[in-house]
Amino acid sequence: MRQTILENDLSKVVELAKQGKRLDGRAFDEMRDFTIELGKCENAEGSARIMLGQTELIAGIKMGVDKPYPDSPDEGAISVGAELIPLAHSEYESGPPSFDEIEVARVVDRGIRESKSIDFAKLCIKEGEAVWVAFMDFYPMNADGNLFDAGAIAGLAAFMSAKVPKLNDKNKIIKHEYEGKLELKRMPLLTSFVKVGGKIMVDATYVEEKAAEARFSVSTTEDGYMAAMQKGMGGSFSVDEINYMIDKAFVIGAETRKKLLKQMKQ
Amino acid sequence: MTEEKIPDYKKDKKRVDGRKMDELRPISIKVGVLPNADGSAYLEWGQNKVYAAVHGPREALPKHTQNPYKAVVKVNYRMTTFSVPERKQPRPNRRDMEISKVLGEALDKVIFTEQFPNTEISVYVEVIDSNAGSRVACLTAASCALANAGIPMRDLVAATGIGKAFGELIVDLDKNEEDAPDAVDIPFGIMPNSGEIVLLQMDGLLTKEEWDKLVPMGMKACADVYAVQKKALQEKFSLSEVSEKNVEAVIEAKPKQDKEAKAKTDAKTEKKDSKAKKVRK
Repeated sequence: MRQTILENDLSKVVELAKQGKRLDGRAFDEMRDFTIELGKCENAEGSARIMLGQTELIAGIKMGVDKPYPDSPDEGAISVGAELIPLAHSEYESGPPSFDEIEVARVVDRGIRESKSIDFAKLCIKEGEAVWVAFMDFYPMNADGNLFDAGAIAGLAAFMSAKVPKLNDKNKIIKHEYEGKLELKRMPLLTSFVKVGGKIMVDATYVEEKAAEARFSVSTTEDGYMAAMQKGMGGSFSVDEINYMIDKAFVIGAETRKKLLKQMKQ
Repeated sequence: MTEEKIPDYKKDKKRVDGRKMDELRPISIKVGVLPNADGSAYLEWGQNKVYAAVHGPREALPKHTQNPYKAVVKVNYRMTTFSVPERKQPRPNRRDMEISKVLGEALDKVIFTEQFPNTEISVYVEVIDSNAGSRVACLTAASCALANAGIPMRDLVAATGIGKAFGELIVDLDKNEEDAPDAVDIPFGIMPNSGEIVLLQMDGLLTKEEWDKLVPMGMKACADVYAVQKKALQEKFSLSEVSEKNVEAVIEAKPKQDKEAKAKTDAKTEKKDSKAKKVRK
């Protein structure tokens, strides 16, 4: 079975890390290469499939009309969900949402929401009555680590390619007709690191995540802001380590953004 | 809303999307796409897009679910929230549960479950885009994933929708046809080699005469589905090491060698003959 191979790999990952190496030969600050495919799902208003190394993940957007929250009658909303479906890994189980899937969904959500890249006021249809809610859900199909960044990249690509449906005079969606695109002002991207054997590495694989003591994710924008942070797992980081990861995240985020834009243009 | 004209298939002689009455939508299958799974398949069937993954046979847990005589086949049919026109609630609904049950029972028949007592064979199918017929698409993909996992099977399962819409008996209904006022939808799955039926559901009003005409249409369509399944599995297994081009080259090269060899032996025999002739002379 696949799990037994994994057990043997854990100690190897730690040992290699101490020697400054990784199982797949990458440098500690090297992301795996990724490809993005847009618009795979025609029933979604926007969708993207990412292959990040062996991690395959699909994100899709559904636009819905809803009543606004009472405290913000002229603002729409976004909602981000993740499901770690057992199809993607033999360790995932079906059932009520697990802590892990809620965490990854909320961190990806904050990265996009708090970057203020989506203008919620523009999602208002009629003040106090109807607003757009953009639901983004993502699912790994093959989980080989770093669903945080894979979810954030695919999610951003799905948002950027999402179309807003046309409405009739009763605010019901007219099928297959669109008003325009969902506008994004920034391109926030999450960059996640793990600490293995005292060493910090970016874009961990499944085995590396299993061997890790601690995890850190930070969402960065192209204009020099951080939009969200999350430290996860039992271990800890020093302030210097956090600063190192933030600096790296801006550099890696910029590279990822360039790669993503290039692929989206094609 | 603009008023839409209701199609009449008896008069039109072709369907809304231009297909013939007994024509399937385009199907493509790729086997072994998910490295984490023991077996997997990705299938596109018209607009339907589904993944299937097999984990196992593995110890069935909790223990009371184990059967000491055979493996338990468990199918989990799910749809992503964005795979349907109106967002689906993430948690499984009654439809998901029922489909999971009948698909599991359809696959149970083809697997040699008695070879794996106390285990569970988990089959996960995830619909990422849909347009009527997602369950037969999932069953078709799932049986390929099982074969990819190397699980011993009596046969594959090939499935399609059959039924009626706009006054005609048809194969592989799409969403327009499923919403027709006279729609009859029959998910239909068979073991292609024996022709036995392993999946059968129906909703709508149908006469026995119409059913009698539909069965052969379904059998023929499933045979077409089976051909795509076989091709996908062959692509995965027989030609995974050697590309098709290389194989062709080998096949072409062979007769050449034969010719050369033949020419040599011919020359030898000629020489021998001439020697013999000389001797005779």
